[in-house]
Amino acid sequence: MESISIEGTPKTPAVNFNAETGVIEIKGRSIPENSIEFYRPLVEWLEEYSGNPQKLTTVNIQLEYFNTSSSKCILDVFKKLEAIKKARNEVIINWYYEEDDEDMLEAGEDYESIIRIPFKMIEVVD
Amino acid sequence: MSFDIDEQFSEMNKGEVLLAYKGSITAQLITNVLGVVETKLDHVIDKSITKKKIYNVLVESLQNLYHHVDDLPGDFNSGLDIHFGIFVVSKNNEQYEIQTGNFIRNDKIKSLKERLDKIKSLSKDELKELYKFVLNNQKFSDKGGGGLGLIDIARRTDGNVDYQFKDYNPDFSFFTLNIKI
Repeated sequence: MESISIEGTPKTPAVNFNAETGVIEIKGRSIPENSIEFYRPLVEWLEEYSGNPQKLTTVNIQLEYFNTSSSKCILDVFKKLEAIKKARNEVIINWYYEEDDEDMLEAGEDYESIIRIPFKMIEVVD
Repeated sequence: MSFDIDEQFSEMNKGEVLLAYKGSITAQLITNVLGVVETKLDHVIDKSITKKKIYNVLVESLQNLYHHVDDLPGDFNSGLDIHFGIFVVSKNNEQYEIQTGNFIRNDKIKSLKERLDKIKSLSKDELKELYKFVLNNQKFSDKGGGGLGLIDIARRTDGNVDYQFKDYNPDFSFFTLNIKI
């Protein structure tokens, strides 16, 4: 299965999905006007990956900003991961947020309460 | 007294204006504006969290505007005025203010007003619950976030959102949103 590797732009995040290592990363800013276009291939990739996932899938989400148009798409990503976990695979979700960024921490908690995978909240101090 | 767009625009230009715009609202414009405002904020605010909050609210309010500038009164729906909207980012009495303005069909006012009044009346926790409910249950259109934008803005500003509707013609009014951070 091919990996996904997308560089970040001012409006879209850097994405690295690797089926060999089971590491899934989304980093940077996600603020496009229309997020569905950007996230569709990512959700499709996860759909395929879920057919034959690694025993352990590690997810690193480190977003500086994301808009409400992205928030639904990010939930779709998490729902795919939830399905992988439900099929008795290990899934670890690391949610990174900048020091004192309560809004971003809360956004992580919102997702955590919707999907049934505990998040590891990691405060990034620079 | 009839509504005058230039009067409206100059009325919104008060305090220390960081950026004011009147004209066509496009995705490219928003990208440019976000870049300019972010650079300006870097110069005037030290606290990264305040800066982030303003930037977040700016993204939501401008994209909200972008999704609502396609339906215009006949006299605006041509030439340079296509996708017409206005916005002002300013600072007044130690508070940052983001104002946006766009035309709205009169038959859409009632439901928007009800939604805004509801959002304004909710507590922080109630807004959080509403946000999660809409996020998880509402089908999103290709256009936007199914009303999540306004809820998000209210959450980040503790409900510091005001609005006005001004009569324009029998079919349209001018809607302004005023957000304080």
